[in-house]
Amino acid sequence: MANTAHLEAHATGHDHAAHDAHTPTGWRRWLYSTNHKDIGIMYLIFSIFAGVIGGVLSGVMRLELQEPGIQIFHGLAAMTYGLEGGAALDAGKHMYNVFTTAHALIMVFFVVMPATFGGFGNYFAPLMIGAPDTAFPRINNIAFWLLPPAFLLLVLSLFFEGPAGALGFGGGWTVYPPLSTSGHPGPAMDFAILALHVSGISSILGAINLITTIFNMRAPGMTLHKMPLFAWSVLVTAFLLLLALPVLAGAITMLLTDRNFGTTFFAPQGGGDPVLFQHLFWFFGHPEVYIMILPGFGIISHIVSTFSRKPIFGYMAMAYAMVAIGFVGFVVWAHHMYTTGLSLDVQRYFVAATMVIAVPTGVKIFSWIATMWGGSITFRTPMLWAIGFIFLFTVGGVTGVVLANAGADRALHDTYYVVAHFHYVLSLGAVFSIFAGWYYWYPKMFGYMYNEFLAKLHFWVMFIGVNLVFFPQHFLGLAGMPRRYIDYPDAFALWNRVSSVGYYITFVAMIIFFYAMWESSRKKRPAGDNPWGEGATTLEWTLSSPPPFHQFTTLPKIDSTNAH
Amino acid sequence: MTGQFVKRLGAVSAAALAFLPGLALAQEENVAGHPVPGQFHFQRSVTPIMDSMTAFHDGTLMWTISLIVLLVLALLVIVIVRFNAKANPVPAKFTHNTLVEIVWTVVPIIVLIVISIPSFGVLSDQLTVPDGERKYLGANIFSFGEVEVPAPALTVKATGEQWYWSYEYVDQEQYFDSNMLPEEDRLADKPNQPRLLAVDNELVVPVNTTVRLQITAAPTGVIHAFAVPSFGIKIDAVPGRLNETWFNARETGIYYGQCSELCGKDHAFMPIAVRVVTQDEFDAFMTAFESEGDYASANATLAAVQ
Repeated sequence: MANTAHLEAHATGHDHAAHDAHTPTGWRRWLYSTNHKDIGIMYLIFSIFAGVIGGVLSGVMRLELQEPGIQIFHGLAAMTYGLEGGAALDAGKHMYNVFTTAHALIMVFFVVMPATFGGFGNYFAPLMIGAPDTAFPRINNIAFWLLPPAFLLLVLSLFFEGPAGALGFGGGWTVYPPLSTSGHPGPAMDFAILALHVSGISSILGAINLITTIFNMRAPGMTLHKMPLFAWSVLVTAFLLLLALPVLAGAITMLLTDRNFGTTFFAPQGGGDPVLFQHLFWFFGHPEVYIMILPGFGIISHIVSTFSRKPIFGYMAMAYAMVAIGFVGFVVWAHHMYTTGLSLDVQRYFVAATMVIAVPTGVKIFSWIATMWGGSITFRTPMLWAIGFIFLFTVGGVTGVVLANAGADRALHDTYYVVAHFHYVLSLGAVFSIFAGWYYWYPKMFGYMYNEFLAKLHFWVMFIGVNLVFFPQHFLGLAGMPRRYIDYPDAFALWNRVSSVGYYITFVAMIIFFYAMWESSRKKRPAGDNPWGEGATTLEWTLSSPPPFHQFTTLPKIDSTNAH
Repeated sequence: MTGQFVKRLGAVSAAALAFLPGLALAQEENVAGHPVPGQFHFQRSVTPIMDSMTAFHDGTLMWTISLIVLLVLALLVIVIVRFNAKANPVPAKFTHNTLVEIVWTVVPIIVLIVISIPSFGVLSDQLTVPDGERKYLGANIFSFGEVEVPAPALTVKATGEQWYWSYEYVDQEQYFDSNMLPEEDRLADKPNQPRLLAVDNELVVPVNTTVRLQITAAPTGVIHAFAVPSFGIKIDAVPGRLNETWFNARETGIYYGQCSELCGKDHAFMPIAVRVVTQDEFDAFMTAFESEGDYASANATLAAVQ
């Protein structure tokens, strides 16, 4: 508590100008930053930057898949490598796999996680619990600044040899051996492993920081059971990161030693087993998908409550549903492996365990609707994204129930049905929650309002676009089109074409988004401390917009009446 | 091109009906073994396993998830219409309702239990190689098994290579490789077979016979996956492991599948083609294969008797 006393003493007798004297300026403010809000902003900008790259990669893939046959990649390879004919075609086929791999790794590790956990988590979890900053500001700094080098390592891997005579790693984000060991003898995979290691260290440090902050720096009177749901979601996510990422680190270290130091963890010639890697990977990989979506759950809860002008329905159930999802998320990993040859009993267990997740997820969906029920709803931009999220996440969730059944998954595993499913929960779920949070907190973070028309236009164009991209992919998967294919039998042409048209619409939506941000930065409409009215009850709305460089110099007191 | 696309939009709106599971069967009912243009549902089943998977998916899962999505959509529409700021200027303050909370916890549990009954049945059927005694579900997924399936009479081992499949008739000790036909060869030799699916040497098996499939990959190679949608089978070919599955096809014809685990640059170009023939044709094929020792002459014999 000495800490608190110090902060309060610090506050007395200081006006704003005096504070600003402590504020580093120029590049020092950002490179040396120990300020959770500045670090949050850096995470968000990094995420947008990486998102543009990841989005362009998927655009090239959709261009390629728009028609049967290979149209783009042999030409791309010819331009990149100066190859011709059959050699260019071979290089192009590999390059397509490199694109799918890079798209996934970038979107997972450098777009969604930095936006939800790094960006919004860092910026708003301390604000919502009434903390002046995070517990370990310097750890926060290094956690962020590990990401750009991690990203650089991943980008570098694209320009080193993967398989003999071709550049980059094209074995999918799941990096299954032996394709990631003997299948890619060149250094590209080593760079990718190091990229994952460094970004993993970044996430573990971020998780330690936010767990400590949430456990120890809540404002007086804010018990865990009064804590806003977004802070709950960040807490659960941080624990998932802390428990899951070391397993990934172990698995990819074993890959590294298999590749470079003669071990045979995953090589059958030496008594190893490629399937062991899949168990380790998915023990990380399944919690990872909840890491990507849980902060979104928290964001959506606040937006729904704010714009319904009604407290969150079933707060305790909402909080513990996230805990339950996080917990069960650790014991369902092998539902990604139904076709690897698991025994009948093992598959039965993973079917049952996986279906259990539908229950707490259903509780959340229904509680969001119950929060709106009886409310007085205004359909501002964040609310549109939140309602869009609830519907699209439901679609992605129910296809998850289909895939949970090993008996049905036999037909759907590794087809476009799976691609459609996880893009509905991530691209239309997590990304919609990111945009919801962005438009909800944009006035708070930057002090300006955006143009409501442009923001709503962004929503509607993107809603149409992404549904057009991914809904037809269910049909492709049911009809049997495998994923990670550069070319497909002609029967799949129709839905692939529709899907590609959807991408172009989504591309237009992103142009509208960037234009709306530019427009807002030029017009500089002051947002005020709380543009959303009485429904916005969490602590960040009690501060100025943007909040002062150091907030809560006098800690807010939470009494029993203003809970969550 | 544009005109064709506009015309196909008609198919798009028709496909929206795919959410009415019963209608899905209306499309191209007779084709099995490969996808048809615009297809939005499973390929037609020719095995008891795919029968039960289709019945489970179309008859149980699709209805359940469609109703859940429609329920959520309806609730959202009601909320938007009844509780917007104009219609309801003063928000209610309630935050709890124990009864509805119990209902929306317990009802999903019941729904999941109902789903799990056929789910476990289908799964057990898939993973249990017939012994001639055990009864299978077929399309009767809520029964305890009514379909008789004979014990395996043929064992085939498929090995995934980069990037083709290598087959072995295990008991007959006959081997051959199966490569995708390059486009010019397909146009010359098998113009009626689909691009990217046609192969030089199909796996030939007899109709109405249970075939035991052993699947692996080259010991120093990478993982592949063997899949034939019309048979309802998909199983990984893992170096150092021997996986097992089975099928019993009831119709002659050619059934295609594609490699279903990323295996490198030609992952999209190592299809699986299974030619199901009558028992007599298969016997002629196998006799020729065993006496001549090569697939080409066996295949010529097969063509002669067909």
